[in-house]
Amino acid sequence: MSIEDRIDDTELHAYLDGELGEEESRAVEAWLAAHPDDAARVAAWRGQKNALAGLGEEILDETPPERMTRALDAAPLPATRRDRASWMRAAAALVVFVAGAAAGWWLHGSGLTGAATREVVFVDRAAGAHVVFTRERRHAVEARADKEERHLVRWLSRRLGRNLNPPSLDGAGFRLIGGRLVADDGGPAAQFMYQDSEKRRLTIYVRRARDVKNVAFRIAETRGVSAFYWIEKPYAYALIGKMERQELLKLGRLVFDHLNAPAR
Amino acid sequence: MSLRDDIADEIPRLRRYAWVLLRDTTAADDLVQDCLERAISREHLFQPGTNLRAWLFTIMHNLHVNAITRARRMVSADPTHEAVDERRAVSPAQGDRLLLRDLERALAALSVEQQAVVLLIGVEGLTYKEAAGVLDVPIGTIMSRLARGREKLRRLMDGEDPESKTGKTP
Repeated sequence: MSIEDRIDDTELHAYLDGELGEEESRAVEAWLAAHPDDAARVAAWRGQKNALAGLGEEILDETPPERMTRALDAAPLPATRRDRASWMRAAAALVVFVAGAAAGWWLHGSGLTGAATREVVFVDRAAGAHVVFTRERRHAVEARADKEERHLVRWLSRRLGRNLNPPSLDGAGFRLIGGRLVADDGGPAAQFMYQDSEKRRLTIYVRRARDVKNVAFRIAETRGVSAFYWIEKPYAYALIGKMERQELLKLGRLVFDHLNAPAR
Repeated sequence: MSLRDDIADEIPRLRRYAWVLLRDTTAADDLVQDCLERAISREHLFQPGTNLRAWLFTIMHNLHVNAITRARRMVSADPTHEAVDERRAVSPAQGDRLLLRDLERALAALSVEQQAVVLLIGVEGLTYKEAAGVLDVPIGTIMSRLARGREKLRRLMDGEDPESKTGKTP
């Protein structure tokens, strides 16, 4: 082989990285066949490259820390809709916090402790969020199902770290109107709101079960509404409405079956 | 689908890359956080239709280099990468990961410029052209840095035997 045909290292790397055309690749292969030292180095680089590609691979499957997704949601955008949304989130956080503090204070003297207390606090927050937001006419939801259901689902799924497809309750006469993000003790919770032809409203509330134990279906009454809830780690779920237990129970079953369907 | 949704989809890759760079979960996530905040503050500068991943990596790379420059200024006596090395926590050895540990250790010995090229192409699988865009240098520079960086890695891993020490670590 003549001097002009000498293949230098940058070409060997380009070959390894698939940056060469067919003809150039063939020239490199011929060179390597005749130069075992270079072939050994290329093999070593290839081993290196494969090892590098495996570094930290497990991180790709982790749910990113919440502060990161929060940075994407909370940062300012010129759009006025978002400004209003973040302002409303702040207001919601305040209201729920006050409600939560009251519940905590009340529980303090009630003898309930630990996980059981936190379970009650969970239901109380879900009910509190229901009461606060179902009263709203224009701003009941932050993202509307009729205009941006895909965005709504994607957004809340991302914040909660799981696929959150709001169930269809059309069969029971309740239509999904939208949802919002709610601040729950410093963590995100998702609220989906439904309405029937008589303008009765239902909410589904989901958050991470950070500090509570699993519980099967329960019904609780608080803040003038009824809650059907269950906790199945890593999530806690509540369906809230102002209705008879039997009806709530029936709807609760629908919601449970849907949310527990195999993850998509 | 909004730009922010697209950015959110890139978070896992950014985290992985930052971790490989810094070998410290907290430091890596801080870097990603800074990167996201910077990206959001400049989202109006992103041109739709161009490569979002490359854009984000550019931001992260620049933040990383700035942090190193600052750290070096503070330890001005040492012209190498002490500041970075210290943040590279050594994780416990796990059988078949010994090779990776050597590799990680060897990576720390590369210059920041070589590291960036070797990792963008090796870990992220960027093309030379994309890497040149991220690092804002000509493709020729990418090629020569890559060649030098990889060869240095190979020598480090062939030469000394970091295993003798590693083997004793529980």
